[in-house]
Amino acid sequence: MSYTVEGSTGAWEVVVGLEVHAQVVSESKLFSGAATAFGAEPNTQVSLVDAGFPGMLPVPNRECVAQAVRTGLGLGAEIHLWSRFDRKNYFYADLPQGYQISQYAHPVVGEGAVEIELADGARKRVGITRLHLEQDAGKSLHDQHPSKSYIDLNRSGVALMEIVSEPDMRSPEEAGAYLTKLRQIMRYLGTCDGNMDEGSLRADVNVSVRKPGEGFRTRCEVKNVNSIRFVMQAVEAEARRQVEVWEEGGTVRQETRLFDTARGVTRSMRSKEEAHDYRYFPDPDLPPLVLEQGWVEELKAALPELPDARRARYARDFGLSPYDAHVLVLEKETAAYFEEVAHGRDPKLAANWVMGDLFAALNRTRRGIENPPVSARDLGALLDLMGDGTLSGKLAKEVFEAMVETGQAPGAIVEERGLRQVTDTGAIEEAARAVLDGNAGKVAEYRGGKDKLFGFFVGQVMKAMAGKGNPALVNDVLKKLLG
Amino acid sequence: MTRPTDFTLRGALDALAAREISAEELARAHLDAIEALNPRLNAYVAVTGERALERARASDARRARGEAGPLEGVPLGIKDLFCTEGVRTTAGSRILGDFVPPYESTVTANLLRDGAVFLGKTNLDEFAMGSSNTTSAAGPVENPWNRRNDPDTRLVPGGSSGGSAAAVAARLALGATATDTGGSIRQPAAFCGIAGMKPTYGRCSRWGVVAFASSLDQAGPMARTVEDCATLLRSMSGFDPKDSTSADMPVPDFAAACGRSVKGLRIGVPCEYRLDGMPAEIEALWQQGLEWLREAGAETVEISLPHAKYALPTYYIVAPAEASSNLARYDGVRYGLRVEERDGDLQDLYERTRAAGFGAEVKRRIMIGTYVLSAGYYDAYYLKAQKVRALIKRDFDEVFAASGAKVDAIVTPATPSAAFGMDEKQDDPVAMYLNDVFTVTANLAGLPGLSVPAGLDTQGLPLGLQVIGRAFDEETVFAVGAALERAAAFEALPAVMAGKTARAAG
Repeated sequence: MSYTVEGSTGAWEVVVGLEVHAQVVSESKLFSGAATAFGAEPNTQVSLVDAGFPGMLPVPNRECVAQAVRTGLGLGAEIHLWSRFDRKNYFYADLPQGYQISQYAHPVVGEGAVEIELADGARKRVGITRLHLEQDAGKSLHDQHPSKSYIDLNRSGVALMEIVSEPDMRSPEEAGAYLTKLRQIMRYLGTCDGNMDEGSLRADVNVSVRKPGEGFRTRCEVKNVNSIRFVMQAVEAEARRQVEVWEEGGTVRQETRLFDTARGVTRSMRSKEEAHDYRYFPDPDLPPLVLEQGWVEELKAALPELPDARRARYARDFGLSPYDAHVLVLEKETAAYFEEVAHGRDPKLAANWVMGDLFAALNRTRRGIENPPVSARDLGALLDLMGDGTLSGKLAKEVFEAMVETGQAPGAIVEERGLRQVTDTGAIEEAARAVLDGNAGKVAEYRGGKDKLFGFFVGQVMKAMAGKGNPALVNDVLKKLLG
Repeated sequence: MTRPTDFTLRGALDALAAREISAEELARAHLDAIEALNPRLNAYVAVTGERALERARASDARRARGEAGPLEGVPLGIKDLFCTEGVRTTAGSRILGDFVPPYESTVTANLLRDGAVFLGKTNLDEFAMGSSNTTSAAGPVENPWNRRNDPDTRLVPGGSSGGSAAAVAARLALGATATDTGGSIRQPAAFCGIAGMKPTYGRCSRWGVVAFASSLDQAGPMARTVEDCATLLRSMSGFDPKDSTSADMPVPDFAAACGRSVKGLRIGVPCEYRLDGMPAEIEALWQQGLEWLREAGAETVEISLPHAKYALPTYYIVAPAEASSNLARYDGVRYGLRVEERDGDLQDLYERTRAAGFGAEVKRRIMIGTYVLSAGYYDAYYLKAQKVRALIKRDFDEVFAASGAKVDAIVTPATPSAAFGMDEKQDDPVAMYLNDVFTVTANLAGLPGLSVPAGLDTQGLPLGLQVIGRAFDEETVFAVGAALERAAAFEALPAVMAGKTARAAG
């Protein structure tokens, strides 16, 4: 049942903890007014503060602090009303100040937890140790010139939240589920956009292995893994490596490693890069960060509904299955789409259409929920056309496909293509009589007790009406005429 | 008529207002004096003559339009630690190379806003580290004063604001900006026979001032009278949202406070400041100062600041620690000096650039600072120093307590000696560091401290008294300082000064 790595000496348990670096969603950087937009030309979003010019001073960006507090609240964590910025000193070409400002000793957010859900439906609590604010460094570009490195300082000073978990995860799946959940919560909160391919979310993965029942063994840190899939692969690869080391009689050395995504293995970083003494000390340019309880309460009151609460509400108020509720809340954009469709309509029907026809259409058109081929409003209108009897279920599917193709509203398609279902009993009766008259033999057989011929008559009437007859009315009319 | 360079700042403002002199004439007189004397004194590292005359003319035009600011047309020297837009800023170091800031520090921008005219950038110890202005990459500054019986020995002006002090004393500016991390305003002011004020930490913005030790650095004015310091400070001060440690406090009319009576004030006399081996004439001057204040109606009270004796070692841990981090940005990558590396090795670039760019004293402090912050030493040095710093501050809190205060201000000697020779104390950093013994406490506690010229030693060299006050109560400090100044009636003049040497030469 539980995940293990099989070695020659038996099963090994895996212990995983994550340090996640999440870029704060904010207009400007943590300590300067420079912009933070992704993908700008190199060195176009750099203030004198970010470039470490003489006499420049950091001023905390209140919105970045608010985002960290919101995230802490979203993780059910303790908010520290008193926290402090420290300097982490080291030299590197993309670190203009010669130090990174970070909350080493006194983070703004303390202990919290998230609940993860696994494929078998099991749930598990993963503890959060802390969350702190820090500056990102710039970027060194080593491939622009044969003998020089280029430096892009656009990222320099961008606010990051470092979220440290407890070593509570026991499998690649749990690590993946934890990161997925963290990303989901931050995206709901609007505190991190979670775009891993833009580097907005990166993870340092701490892995160790042990025999069941043992205490912790030495861990290694796999640095800067930038996708959920790679996190899962890195856990597995690093666990296997460590099992081999132990089983060959060796000792796992605490070190920093990199995940080689091409080869699927972890590699040791040069020890020179680890030999830093960071000489942390309180940043004398910044007074302690003191928050007012009232401000924290305001932020708390204004938090949006989070995925767990939303899922519970869907099950409770809408009667959705746990699975459907889970799927619909995974991305907040999906949930928002669903809620718009479900508003004032049958939520189960809405869920079926979103998870069935809409998801299929997204796949087919390779579009995302934030840019769907059919808007939530149009899908809602389609459900209304079914509700008032204008469209049968079968016609509705046809109309939906036309909506995907043309982007038109359902009403327009119905009018244009004359797809409105026929509810005029006179017209239906006329068609039914014609069918019965033309099939006198079958009518006799039916009356003789061959009940299943009823379906044949329904089919013939629908065919005669080009599929537009209201199925319920067709049934009623045939029963009357045959009865 | 008064020679333009002999005006006090106040007197110059009055003369300008009365149209007895123009800002241009005032600037030109100072530029001429600089041209005559700076080759000897080396008080200025850069003279921005054309810019000064241009601004002076603009100032005259503003005054003619009736738009005169509080410092309209006043020629000042600017310590070369303040970043000045479009004017090379060196911090007295080779490592900044030809760095020309594209920005103006808040303090100098405030002065320009009020109409001041900058004559140039004044010399200083490299990165403001020093007490003799001998560590500057631009060479040492000479004190305009000489010993009566030994006129050929060139003396130091004190440091780190030695260029500003020498310039003001020699009449090469009506006033100057300076900075004080452990005594860098007050000690050179005392050595050069002028007044210098280090205000409360947070009073002046640090934005655009090259940082030495962020928790101690504070800008302040130097001038030939206490009132002139007060006038300058009012313009320099004010809340700056760009500096998180800047205080959002109203800025009072400091000059008005200079006229306040000291009657009824209680003046603290800390017994810990009576050092073994302190020259008798300094002790005598101190007692004289206290007597003057009693005569003016103040009461003097013996107090104790029990942790004051730990101030110097505490300072020489905290300041280098912050400096070692603050100076990490001078790495040859983005601006300033760059000594190209071998074999594309970044480490090599750092090592070569910093070895060539920093002088010996700066290197010493970077190494001390790096050491005291290192793993395994942090608790024993940096953390302990921070705890002692808190105790030093508490000593002051107790004597200045809002309720049941023992005293309203404290008076001490400004320095443990008069100016010394350029060749003295240079081989012994600890002897040099002792210069700060009376001044560092105010930095560690963040309190305002004013140095007032109060007398001469037997060699005819100026000596200063220091007034320390409550945080953000510069007004009382100015009142006490002005009372000392009135009583001392200090009228001695330096050997080298505008006009005087011209006569001697002629």
